[in-house]
Amino acid sequence: MDIGIIHYIFAALVVLSVLGILVTRNLLYAAFLLVLTFLGVAGLFVLAQADFVAVTQLMIYIGGVLILLVFGIMLTNRVAGQPILTQLNRTVLGVLFSVALFASIVYLTQGFQTTEIVAAPHAIQRLGMAILTDYFILFEIVGVLLLVALVGAATIARFKGEGHG
Amino acid sequence: MGNSIYILLSAFVFSAGVALVLTRQNVIAVLIGVELVFNSANINFVYFNALYPERLDGQFFALVVITIAAAETALALAIILKLYRTYHTTNLDEISSLVEE
Repeated sequence: MDIGIIHYIFAALVVLSVLGILVTRNLLYAAFLLVLTFLGVAGLFVLAQADFVAVTQLMIYIGGVLILLVFGIMLTNRVAGQPILTQLNRTVLGVLFSVALFASIVYLTQGFQTTEIVAAPHAIQRLGMAILTDYFILFEIVGVLLLVALVGAATIARFKGEGHG
Repeated sequence: MGNSIYILLSAFVFSAGVALVLTRQNVIAVLIGVELVFNSANINFVYFNALYPERLDGQFFALVVITIAAAETALALAIILKLYRTYHTTNLDEISSLVEE
């Protein structure tokens, strides 16, 4: 079977789930459709020779970010037995603006010379070496940023009365 | 041969994220839109890296974007919980003041 058709299967998965997120007003449906979007994008990452990024996407987005989002939805809606809906406003203007944005990006990128994706041998080993040599400073800075952000999040979200926050 | 499927998909996901941010009133729906925008940037990073397989900048920056998206989500949800405790709503149009009224 031609490998190219798998690209289109994953791309169709992403497009359909994103359209679903755009159409639905139910927040939980949107969160679960986001799982499908992230899965499709991870599949495309594998096809673009980025195995490690795909696995990281699965672990952090689906394992972490989505769980956080579902927790946020559950914790901020007290009504039981009813679907959790979001209200819309500026619908026509927003949709028109984003359609124009899509059309202009597609138009402006028409001239790109794209080549075939070729296999990259030993990509994960090379990425590991590069992270600990070429990109080491950036790697450390991102680690410190993540630590500070998580400590800040815990400080902000803590209940009143347990401290001075 | 026009655009690659990756560029088209990235443009589509980006526009959908912007549409979500513009049209939704719930804070968490806006956050979902921001996640889509992050993902479209990542698609571009990984695709253009795949065109130059001897370099790894694109893949590394995709990892950085994923990390920063995780930190941003954690902070945003902490702020949303605090807002919900103060205002008892997550509707953006009703949250317009920084201090308790």
